[in-house]
Amino acid sequence: MGLLIKNAIIVNADKIWDKSQDILCEDGKITQIASGIASANHEIIDAVGKKVLPGLIDIHTHLRQPGREDKETIETGSRAAVKGGFTSIMCMPNTNPIVDNAMVVEFIIREANRVGLCNVYPIGAITKGQQDGELTDMAELKASGCLAFSDDGKSVLNSRLFRLAMEYAKMLDVLIIEHCQDPLLTAGGVMNEGVVSTRIGLKGDPGIAETVTVARDIEIAHYLGARVHLAHMSLKRSCELIRFAKSQGIKVTAEACPHHFVLTDEACSGFDTSTKVNPPLRSQEDIDAIKEAIADGTIDCIVTDHAPHTKEDKEVGFDGAPFGLIGLETSLGLTITELVHPRIIDLSQMVDRMSRAPARIVGLANKGEIKIGYDADITIIDPDKEWTVTKEGFVSKSKNSPFIGRKLKGFVEYTIFGGKAVYKA
Amino acid sequence: MAWKHKHLLGLEELSREDIELILETAKSFKEVSSRDIKKVPALRGKTVVTLFFEASTRTRISFELAAKRLSADTLNIAVNVSSTSKGETLLDTARNIEAMNVDAMVVRHSSSGSVLLLAEGLKCSVVNAGDGCREHPTQALLDMFTLQEKFGRIEGLKVGIIGDILHSRVARSNIWGLTKLGAKVTVCGPATLMPRGIEALGVDVCYDLKKVLKQSDAVIALRLQKERQQDRFLPSMREYSRLFGINQAKLSEGSDHLIVMHPGPTNRGVELSADVADGKQSVILDQVTNGVAVRMAVLYLVLGTKT
Repeated sequence: MGLLIKNAIIVNADKIWDKSQDILCEDGKITQIASGIASANHEIIDAVGKKVLPGLIDIHTHLRQPGREDKETIETGSRAAVKGGFTSIMCMPNTNPIVDNAMVVEFIIREANRVGLCNVYPIGAITKGQQDGELTDMAELKASGCLAFSDDGKSVLNSRLFRLAMEYAKMLDVLIIEHCQDPLLTAGGVMNEGVVSTRIGLKGDPGIAETVTVARDIEIAHYLGARVHLAHMSLKRSCELIRFAKSQGIKVTAEACPHHFVLTDEACSGFDTSTKVNPPLRSQEDIDAIKEAIADGTIDCIVTDHAPHTKEDKEVGFDGAPFGLIGLETSLGLTITELVHPRIIDLSQMVDRMSRAPARIVGLANKGEIKIGYDADITIIDPDKEWTVTKEGFVSKSKNSPFIGRKLKGFVEYTIFGGKAVYKA
Repeated sequence: MAWKHKHLLGLEELSREDIELILETAKSFKEVSSRDIKKVPALRGKTVVTLFFEASTRTRISFELAAKRLSADTLNIAVNVSSTSKGETLLDTARNIEAMNVDAMVVRHSSSGSVLLLAEGLKCSVVNAGDGCREHPTQALLDMFTLQEKFGRIEGLKVGIIGDILHSRVARSNIWGLTKLGAKVTVCGPATLMPRGIEALGVDVCYDLKKVLKQSDAVIALRLQKERQQDRFLPSMREYSRLFGINQAKLSEGSDHLIVMHPGPTNRGVELSADVADGKQSVILDQVTNGVAVRMAVLYLVLGTKT
């Protein structure tokens, strides 16, 4: 028995269909797209009045398991993902133990399969224990399921080591994702260095901590002819460097998070620790540049950098609180509200930035498009429906969101994973 | 005008009228401290706790004396930060103390904004005795009180703040307070210790100490923490003292009516030479005396007691 989606206005990255279609999903695949498919004992979802998108893909989340199951688990993170419209997520390796050996990778995949709500692809660490010392056994990690590698949470500070990692990853055809932030320049900063940090007396993290690393990585990628993916870009200057690199044919791709195109560092002035994030919230000028870079493709994709933390961990004052905010359940709403409705990008471009482009960057075959033969990972949304973010509404185990109380447009109605409806609003 | 604030967290959120009211109130309390019987019953039956997460002697003692001269019961708690970093959170610690029916908590903490967290989470009044690099409102208030005493006004005064502006809560509170009261503030210090965009707070930046001494009515020399050299902000203390330390020779080239202030404790020979610290232009001890009066005014106002 398959799943039949009736009256679907399909939004792919290359076009929005003008006539509604029916989509038949069987055995986890999309098997037929046509008008008026007859129902033969299928489960039916009527998508009339909605938009039907390829399942969203987030290549940057933190699920905290193993190690900090009080913050999030693979199960609660998966629930948050499908509530936010994501059918595939990639989780960062800074767990405890760190994802630097095949056993941890296999554990995550096994647990994700048991939960069975969405695809979970573990990202392997670049260096053992993320200690910036020795490279991990990347070939073995790839064999057990890692498509990408990152020491996210921090940069690979040692430039020689980073060069070697990129060279090695090129040989294996896996992606290196770099958290661009030179800790010697950050020097303990907890928010963006600027007028606001000066005013409220918090230690500033200067933008150059990001941009010098972006520039370094672009140069290494150029030198090696290797590709690099730059995580959570937060600055106008970073966008300019990437735009230049792309114009030179350097194989660099980049991502940005909704909070970096919605909130400025003014949000930190109330000392709300859910605004403490790495890289920090920047200026309006940076927000404008990131929006522009998303629109022109300089920034390839939108990611959440979902970073759950408990109330206890966050309730210790701004200096002591850990960095990060949750994003899986607000990402689509923020993107539609801040980018689609103001016509900075259209829905098709959004599908590219949140599904097709991430699938392409990581190399996920048969995903990112609604197409016959592709995986039946589908998200049905109402882009005009308004809702309010509430603390109680989050299914994530953690509630550290600076968007609580905010009204958003763009609502997930159904999330379909492998041809099964795994979430219904 | 009436006082309407339950807490004193900083001068940024106060109006000019609020600040003037504190200074006015402090004037009458200064007189109390000069009496033979240095006590009024204004806060009898109230409990004031000083909760210090950072080492301090004079600020804590000043608050304690202020509370005692208003007849409040006082309790001093010095918390070893390492014992709170694990397990019990700042708010937990404070809530436990508050549960013993405390009326006001005077708090010092190394983290900017920590007092805001407490004000939000507690029912009692919170008085900021210094939070990180953000604010130290009572220090700025006593500085302003002293300026007013010496010059009869604050409006139009030219005040220089000298030293490590980046890490200074005294500088920030003084900038808010002095500019609200119409003084013209110039900050002066090494470029590495000058926070980015400080001009946006309504001050001038000048790296030439001699020029600042010449143009100012008063200068506030800030304490330089020894660890700034280890953090590479400064080549050496010697070099700092050469460029930004105030000695008698530099002072003699300054304006003749200039007064020298310092929040204490002074690093003699670093930010001030001994002869300047003890000299006739120094008002450092007046500041200490006035600190008690100002803190009496603050406790009296936030606890909302009517005479």
